[in-house]
Amino acid sequence: MPPMLDKLRKVAFRLLQAVPTVFGILVVCFLLTRALPGDPAAYFAGPMADAESIEEVRKTLGLDKPLLVQFITYVGDLAQGDLGMAVSTGQPVISELASRLPASLELTLGALVLSFMIAVPLGVLAATRPNTWVDHICRFLVTAGVSLPTFFTGLALMYVFYYLLGWAPAPMGRLDMMYLPPESVTGFLTIDAIIAGEWEILGAALAQLALPLITLALFTLAPIARMTRAAMLQTLGSDFVRTARAAGLSGHRVLITCAFRNALLPVVTTLGMVFSFVLGANVLVEKVFAWPGIGSFAVEALVVSDYAAVQGFVLSMALLFVALNLLIDVIYTLIDPRVGEEV
Amino acid sequence: MTGMNTPASPKLQGPLRTSYWQHLCHVASENPVTGLAFGLFALIVGMALFGPYLVPFDPLDTGVGPALQAPSGAHWFGTDHLGRDVFSRVVVATRLDMLISVSAVAISFVLGSIMGCFAGYFGGWTDRITGRLMDTIMAFPLFVLAMGIVAAAGNTVENIVYATAIINLPFYARMARAEVSIRRNAGFVQAARLSGNSELRVLFGHIFPNTLPPMMVQISLNMGWAILNAAGLSFIGLGVQPPAPEWGIMVAEGANFIISGEWWLVIFPGMALMLAVFTFNLIGDGLRDLVDPQRRT
Repeated sequence: MPPMLDKLRKVAFRLLQAVPTVFGILVVCFLLTRALPGDPAAYFAGPMADAESIEEVRKTLGLDKPLLVQFITYVGDLAQGDLGMAVSTGQPVISELASRLPASLELTLGALVLSFMIAVPLGVLAATRPNTWVDHICRFLVTAGVSLPTFFTGLALMYVFYYLLGWAPAPMGRLDMMYLPPESVTGFLTIDAIIAGEWEILGAALAQLALPLITLALFTLAPIARMTRAAMLQTLGSDFVRTARAAGLSGHRVLITCAFRNALLPVVTTLGMVFSFVLGANVLVEKVFAWPGIGSFAVEALVVSDYAAVQGFVLSMALLFVALNLLIDVIYTLIDPRVGEEV
Repeated sequence: MTGMNTPASPKLQGPLRTSYWQHLCHVASENPVTGLAFGLFALIVGMALFGPYLVPFDPLDTGVGPALQAPSGAHWFGTDHLGRDVFSRVVVATRLDMLISVSAVAISFVLGSIMGCFAGYFGGWTDRITGRLMDTIMAFPLFVLAMGIVAAAGNTVENIVYATAIINLPFYARMARAEVSIRRNAGFVQAARLSGNSELRVLFGHIFPNTLPPMMVQISLNMGWAILNAAGLSFIGLGVQPPAPEWGIMVAEGANFIISGEWWLVIFPGMALMLAVFTFNLIGDGLRDLVDPQRRT
């Protein structure tokens, strides 16, 4: 079988593997909607309802039917994009989430890219100079990084860079009130600003983005740097690196082509856990910086007990997480030089 | 390590324990940071046990000083917007924070170990069901799942504990399963079986104690993450309700004052939180060096 076809087959197989995971997520989310404190029908009927209207609500919501039928209805509604209405805003949950998703994605993906760009070189440096000051600094940063609550780092950064130094703009959303947002193409303000060629807006958007981005990146830095260091140490000690050295390849070449490319693979696989952290931390960072993403939407909904909105948020975050993991696995399959070669 | 995998007969217990103790001292002296971590740990336990009796002011008493006063001799960590003493509140909060995370970790340790032990020992459908269940939990971003659970089950401190326990379950179940399944046909297990022990007795009396050292490392590393998680939940307004002193909620209350420069409301509870998490992570790393020197990263 040609290598490319083999890779495609593996990718398709991986996509199939996500089906039971998604099913599990649906079951858990369904159970969470049924676990409302007290009687869901009584909750949806409102505080003024009498027994008769509660019974009516129960019928219209289908809560009198067996659980299995309710589950099928639930999945059917989801397939049509119906997540219920957000009580707090009076809009369908799905459109609320969709309008806020780009803000969250811009923050999360930006933070991942930033921390990847810092953590990977840091891990490589620490691995090539074990037990030197670089290694010790890396180790300290890694332990401190995972110990820092993101909401605390965010507030501390805000205090220093907004209140003390005045470098950062007021932590109020994605763009200063002075500017009009550029025409929405991707929903990512920075990219939209580039498309529209509005450099001043790009600058303003980046200024707003900087602190939340750094906060999230600091948090994800630790696991990535730790994994890079461990993976690099392992590949540097392996036979093929020794062979490459013995064959007289330059130190630089051994490090980049032989060791680093192979060390990247285990780093990529641990990204799943990092995603889990970053999506959770995202909620806290959005709350701290009043970032108008789906995380702060969910927090607001929690405060007013808007359950449909919270459950829609949990479901969409879980699906996003599955999608990110799938993407990583597909990329892994495509870049892994070993896949398809042994056939 | 081999000394720990073989069942210690009573005669061996003495020397084995002293050598373990020596090993501990050796590791602690080689890595002073671990020694420091144990010191901090003692401080945290002391604050949790005796904190409420030691603090200078009542943590709930408003107006013990002028509102929003910067740290001074009378109020070491300053006062908050209701004139409460921040130092007293930070110290007293230790108990609640530790109570939440210790009970959450204890629940997930017990349940996770039992599930993992059965899965690893019996295999088959027990293993498949447990595996599926754990995969489903791990399919969620864990903090988000905890938010969903608390939102659905009700906004109480107990539910914070349960939610934190559920999201930590997979780590214990997977570790217990792996540790049990590599030992299920070991020599000492077969000997125990041959001498007429029941399966459950073999599992919990002979195999399970041998999985404890790596589990202890897991517990310690997990404690830090449980504290962060619980504090994060109360930061967004779940679980602990004001005016109860708790680090997460204190940071949340102080967040409104950071842009006007009242830094002490956020920094001190935040530092306490960070120090607690840092301590447990350091202890976890130290214990790992002790239990499994090869996995040191």
